[in-house]
Parts: sequence; C-alpha cells; structure tokens
Amino acid sequence: MTDLADRQKLSYIAAQAADARLNVELETEGMTLNIGPQHPATHGTLRIIVRLDGEQVVWAEPSAGYMHRGYEKLTEVRTFPQVTALVNRIDWLGSFANEVPFILAAEKLMEIEAPPRAQWIRTILFELSRIANVGLFLGDLGVQLGAVTPVFMAFRDREHVLNLIEGATGGRFHPNFDRIGGLKDDLPAGWIAETKQVMKKLRNFCTEMEDLLFGNEIFQSRLRGIGVIPAEVAKQYGLSGANLRASGVDWDLRRDQSLPLAYDKVDWKVWTHPDGDSFARCWIRLQETRESTLIVDQLLDTMPSGPIMAKVPRIIKVPEGEAWVSTENPLGEMGYYVVSKGDLGPFRVKIRSASFNNISIVPWVLRGVYVPDVISILASLYFILGDIDR
Amino acid sequence: MAAPKKPQVPGLLKGLGVTLNTMAQTLKPRKLGGGSATVQYPHEKETPPLRARGVIALREDNCTSCMLCARSCPDWCIYIEGHKELAPPRRAGGAPRKVNKLDRFDIDYALCMYCGICVEVCPFDALFWSPEYEYSEPKIADLLHDKTKLGEWMETVPEAPALEAGAEKKKGK
Amino acid sequence: MLAVDLPYWAQSLLRVLGGTVAVLLPAGTIVYLFLFKMMSFMQSRLGPMEAGPYGSMQLFAEVGKWLQKEDLAPDGADKRIYRMAPLVVLVSTFLLVAVVPFGPDAYFTNFDAGVFYMLAVSSISTLGILMAGWSSANKYSLLGGLRAAGQLIAYELPMVLAVLGVVIQAGTMNLQQIVVKQNSDSIFGWDGLGNPYILTQFIGFAIFMIAVQAELTQTPFDMPIAESELVSGYMTEYSGFRFLIFFIAEFATAGVFSLIASVLFLGGWGVPFSWFGWDAATGSVDNWMNVAGPIIMITKMMVLSGIIMWVRFSYPRFREDQLQRFAWKVLIPVSLLNIMLTAILKVAF
Repeated sequence: MTDLADRQKLSYIAAQAADARLNVELETEGMTLNIGPQHPATHGTLRIIVRLDGEQVVWAEPSAGYMHRGYEKLTEVRTFPQVTALVNRIDWLGSFANEVPFILAAEKLMEIEAPPRAQWIRTILFELSRIANVGLFLGDLGVQLGAVTPVFMAFRDREHVLNLIEGATGGRFHPNFDRIGGLKDDLPAGWIAETKQVMKKLRNFCTEMEDLLFGNEIFQSRLRGIGVIPAEVAKQYGLSGANLRASGVDWDLRRDQSLPLAYDKVDWKVWTHPDGDSFARCWIRLQETRESTLIVDQLLDTMPSGPIMAKVPRIIKVPEGEAWVSTENPLGEMGYYVVSKGDLGPFRVKIRSASFNNISIVPWVLRGVYVPDVISILASLYFILGDIDR
Repeated sequence: MAAPKKPQVPGLLKGLGVTLNTMAQTLKPRKLGGGSATVQYPHEKETPPLRARGVIALREDNCTSCMLCARSCPDWCIYIEGHKELAPPRRAGGAPRKVNKLDRFDIDYALCMYCGICVEVCPFDALFWSPEYEYSEPKIADLLHDKTKLGEWMETVPEAPALEAGAEKKKGK
Repeated sequence: MLAVDLPYWAQSLLRVLGGTVAVLLPAGTIVYLFLFKMMSFMQSRLGPMEAGPYGSMQLFAEVGKWLQKEDLAPDGADKRIYRMAPLVVLVSTFLLVAVVPFGPDAYFTNFDAGVFYMLAVSSISTLGILMAGWSSANKYSLLGGLRAAGQLIAYELPMVLAVLGVVIQAGTMNLQQIVVKQNSDSIFGWDGLGNPYILTQFIGFAIFMIAVQAELTQTPFDMPIAESELVSGYMTEYSGFRFLIFFIAEFATAGVFSLIASVLFLGGWGVPFSWFGWDAATGSVDNWMNVAGPIIMITKMMVLSGIIMWVRFSYPRFREDQLQRFAWKVLIPVSLLNIMLTAILKVAF
C-alpha cells in the first residue's frame, strides 16, 4: 500500500513540476478541457475543469450544481408523507434507500418504532435498491472503460430487481413505500419465492462480471495502482461507503450503529481492500453486491410475521425536536438532520448525501493522472448526479 | 479468494467465453429456456405487476369532493370543483339531504409524479391505481384526464393481490 | 488476362464497379451481421427487427437517416481540410482493395510489390484521421487525432514485421503468388492442407491480427474514438454524410484487412491444389476458380472479421501509454524474433 501511496505522491510532484515547466521551458500553455457539463463520462451534468499538459492533468476541479433542485428548501413546504415522495429522487438508482434514513429520523422524533416485520421488509428493499444501484455501476464501469457488453448485462439483471421492487411497492424507480411507523403495504403473495430466484440470477451476474470484466487483464491494467487514495486522506475528505472501505478503513454504518433495521439479525461480512486504488473500489462494490444478495436470502428465510404498521395518528404531526439519522446507502453515508417545530412538515432538513462528499476528493486524486485515468477514476468513485446536486 | 492456485484460464479468453455463452443463450429458442432478455414491444407486451402505479382511476360516486387528495398532492396536479345539491330524502317525509356533487375532477399526468399519496389519503375509496400504462399523447395538454376519462380507467383496476404468508389481515382497503 | 478482350474503358469501368462492390458489400455485411446482430445477441437482445425481415434493411434506413442530416462544419474549423478528411480515409480503403486477388484471374491489379504497396497505402487513413482531428477546432477531436496518429504509427511497424515473415517464407512480395505458394506447398512433404502460413507463421498471424485491431481502432485499442473520454474523438464534430463516410470506412477497412489477412495467412482465394490435382507450375488452375475464389475469400473474411468484432464487443480499452508500451516492448521484439526464426529455418530447409 505504501508503494502505491508513494506512486501517488510522485505523480503529484510530477504534476506540480509539469505545471511549473509549462510556461518556462517550451513557452507552451496548458490546455483547459471541460469534461462536462455534457459529457458521456459524467452520468449527467457534472462539470470537471481540468488543465492538461499534453494528456497529463495538472489541475482539476469539479463544478457541481447544474442540476440543483433545492430539496432542502422544498422539504420545508411539504408535509412529512410528501417528503418521502420527494427524497426518492436524490439518488435515483437506489431510491428506496433514500427514504429510510428520513423516515427513521422522523420516527426517532416521534419515539415510535416500526414492528419487526416492517423492519425486515425495509431492510430487504434497502438491499434490493443497493443491488439495483451497484449492479448498474458494474455495467457502467465497463462502458467508461470502453467495453460495451457489460452494461447490457447489468441492465438485463437489474430489470429483475426493479420488477421485484415494482411488484412489492408499485413503483419501479420511486417506490415511496416507506411510512412513518412502518410500511404502506405488506408483500404480495409469491414475492419471496421470486426474490430468491432473482438473487440466484444476480449471483450468477456477479460471476459473469468477474469473468468478463474483473478478470480481464486489460481491465486490471487500467485500474490497478490508479487513483490511489490512502486511508488518512480518504478520512480527511469525508469519503464514505465503498470508496472508504477500499482504502482499508473497516467502517460500515449497517454494522456500526444500531438502527431499527434487521442487519444485526443476519450473518454477513464487511468487505475491505487494502490498496485504495480504482480497482479496489470496483472490486469492493462487486463483493458487496454479492454480499447483499446473501443478506436478502437470509432475511427472507427469517422473516417474522405480524403487523407492518405501528400505531400512528392519521394526520402525522412530528413533535418538536431535532434528530440526525444516517445509513449506509449504496453510494455511502446518507443522512438527514431533521428539525421539527411540531407542524405537519419539517421546519428544516439538512441532507448529507454521499456523492457530494465523495467527489470532493476529485481535485486531490486527479492531479498528475492521464485523461483516460480521469474517466476511470471518476467511474470508480461512482457518483450520481442527483446525489451531488440534490 | 486465496484458494490454492489452479492453472487459470487467462481473463481475456474467459471474457470471450462469457460473450459467446450469452450469444448462445440468446439464440436458443424460448421453449428451451433461452431467448433474449428483451421483448419486441408493440408486438408482445410484458404485464406489469398488479400493484404497478400506472394510472389513477376515479370512482365518481364515492367522491365527496372533500379536496383531501388535491391538498396532499406534492405537486398540485389534481383540480377539483364541486357544489352542494339537495337530494331527495332517504325515507319518505324526511328532510332533503345535502350531497356534494362533483363538477370537475382533473388529474394532469404531465405533472403527476406517481407517488400515490392521493390514493392513500382518500377516505371514501374513490381513487385506485391501475397498472395500465399506454396513454401517452402527442400533445401534452391531452395528458390532463378529466373525470369521465378517469372513470373509464376503473375497468382496468385489478383486485388487490393476496398477501405473502405471515402478513396481518388488513382492514378497509 | 481476361478471357474476353474488352476495351480499356470497359475494363476500367468493371474495375471501378468491382472495387466499389468489394468495399461496400463487406462493409454492409459486417455491419449487419456483426455490429447489429452478433453484438445484440451477445448482450441478450435481438437488435434491429423492424426494418425488413429480421431488420435486414436497417442499414439502408440508417444510411437514409444520415443522408438527410445537415452537413455541419464548426465555425472555427479549417473548412476545406475538414470536408476532405473523411474522403481521404475512405480512399485508403479503396486503394487497399485494389491489390487483393480474388481468383486466379479475378484481381484489380497484380504487381510484384503488392505487399509493399498494401502496407504503404494503409497508412493514408492516418493522414485523414489526423486531418479530421486537427481541422475540427475541437479539443476532443484534437486529442483523438493525436492519439490516432501515435497509435497508427506505432502499430504499422509490428504489422510490417509480421508480414515480413510471410514474405521471407514465400520468397515473393506478389500477393497472387503468395496465395499460389500457400496452396501448392507442402508441410514436410505432406500436401493435404497445402501450406497456409497460419500454421508455420502463427506468431506472425497473431501479431498481424493485433496490429489490424489497432489499425482499425477497434475496441481494446479504440482510444482515438474513446466515446467515454473524448466523446467521439476525431469524429466528434462530424454529422450526416461525412460521418457516414467515416462509418463506412471503419467497417470497410475491417473487411479489407480481413481479406488481406486471409490472403497472407489463410491461403486466399484458393483451396489446397492437391485436392483437385492442379499443378501450380504450369498454372493449370481451372477457370471456375474465378467464380469460386471470391466466395471462398468472403467466407474467410467473414470468419476473421467476426473474430475482430467479437474481441471488440468483449474487451475494455487500453490506456494510451499502455498501448504504446505494448507495441514497442512486446509486439515489435516478438515479431523481430519471428523474422529471425523464419530466416534461419528458411536457410536450414
């Protein structure tokens, strides 16, 4: 690991030297290249300004906000049930996972807890949205590196997961299924058996990805030793999720905090990787997808029976107070700081979304790399535009 | 991971194998469990699940124009107008009843974000989800469905699906 | 050498028509069979199905679409060069096909320095790509054009060296004679297969195919286009008709290089002569080979371009510096070794 960190330092020094050399030796100018706001590699409208010396990046800065939708302000004029329909759209690939921390924060303020069956189903849907999200990442990774086939395989198998989510909640992308005190509805008949089959297909998909992408020597040579983030730097920049675990930090909010979710009832593993390079970040995500399918399988087997809704008044008024709840979302730590004044809606909500913090490391990690590596590093950091701009 | 080293197939060849395998799977006839993952949409259609939130149907008789749905809609896409009317009394000789008559009930699907809050808050079971999804229009203004059109969707509303084992019996809708 | 004596203009016309068919037909088939269908099947989908039976008319629909689009040029572009660039790329394809023999008498030209000519002409496309990249007045195009130039020059060399092995073994640079040699030779006295050079020159064949993949800028080596990095590389600003020409050139060149590879390594238009008891020395090859030859050639070409496309759909791409390193540090030394080995064996036997 130190070897890789040293390499990162050396390339940083090289970049600084190149920057100084630019105008002196050859009387050349650096080229400023706008990667984005409209660029195939930015999954939306992120703009990254890079200054190039040849193909080497001398300086880079992300410029976010092209898709800012003002969710924090919008929540102030919405009632609590309406906010869940809204926050669905933050990380649009794993939308159910956005609802959970908000609902948990509201429940914390109201001092109620969802019944066990609701907790179980919440956890299952949480993991399904993680699979839908990260599964697509695995395919998208291929596209960023020039392989066209993996993304279609990812879409093919993600479709099964979306069908499951739609079967249970009614919404493919935006379930809006979580309610304060429980869930909107119980699972439809036959859902558990179907889910088990789909989980098998997804494990098969993970193996396929290992063969097609991760085992490929070209793929490895593109990602190994590229974009190394040492653990200390990762912590300083507030990275979370797989990006942090890939730097060797054993930190997973699913395990490290006790929330009314069913994670402590199943046997699972937090994957870490010592390298901290792009390959480690992608590899961690692949392993986590497989781990998630195993979690879902175990939860399906141990699902308790009973109600899915605690006793809550029909018109929800959250008592005065403040609460912070964060969970391990597909992209990293996502949290809501909810301030309530006892009204129908929250007084103020602060949203901590994972991607915003994850891309804050871009200026640091992009220095000294080549243009093709810019793309692979951005792909491996894995951000979703809605999650950055909110 | 740290399994004993077996003679490994190079990853490059394995990748070629995966794509070839997928091609064989796609070319295999549907009867034998093969076939493509996609369907040729206008010719064959997938059936959405019963709970799918496709379009909102309105049972006009149940609606009392109480405006709960319109008020709880996060993007205000429901427009309701109504007036009070005197109806003949239930029993002979009684006082005439006051009933709410619905004049206008429009949902603008160009604005709707399919969250389902309106269906949920309706206290009189007047709104339902239907999995029907083929109602796109060339003109965006035609996405405003009025109460007759919303009433027609009632035919496509399915029975609520049976629940998974272990679920509690539900009261009401 | 044609059986009927045609006037010069008629011969020229026939050659032009033949050349057009030989470039466009493989391009169309490759696009439909591999790009539309094989790729789709590898991705669990069916590909185009609406235009014509099984989407077979899709290509015509696409061409129609491109022809309708406006032929745009950016404001800052060097307009004349910008307009010329796609044509330069396509011309190199036409020049290449001129030298490929399709049968004992079915060829466009037949001259002794065929291999030399082929290698020289194939570099013209580099010029076109560089022109496109530089004249577009677009940073992505510029980067793509520079990458393309570096890459094509780097891979020209292993290609030349790989072909050298064949030339040493055949003792001629005439492509027609290379074909005859392969089909009439024997391996250690056994002439059941002739002597297709893929057997004796397998290293050369592998290097040649890798270099072809790079020359064509197909996927493991597609940095000049690299749609996730450089949007579309040197093609970024092109639209309509001129983009269509780039597109045709890409796949036509794939077809022509497959033709050349089958001439050099797979025995070209011939089948092993011993099967029919032909004698190469007297040139007693039957006339019907002029009809069967092109069909055999096309079959071999389809197999080779199928492999090129299969690799393209399965692999991610290299990085620019890795690609250069691979060319200079692996391919060129190996091909030099191959030449040495071939020369020693040639002298020894």
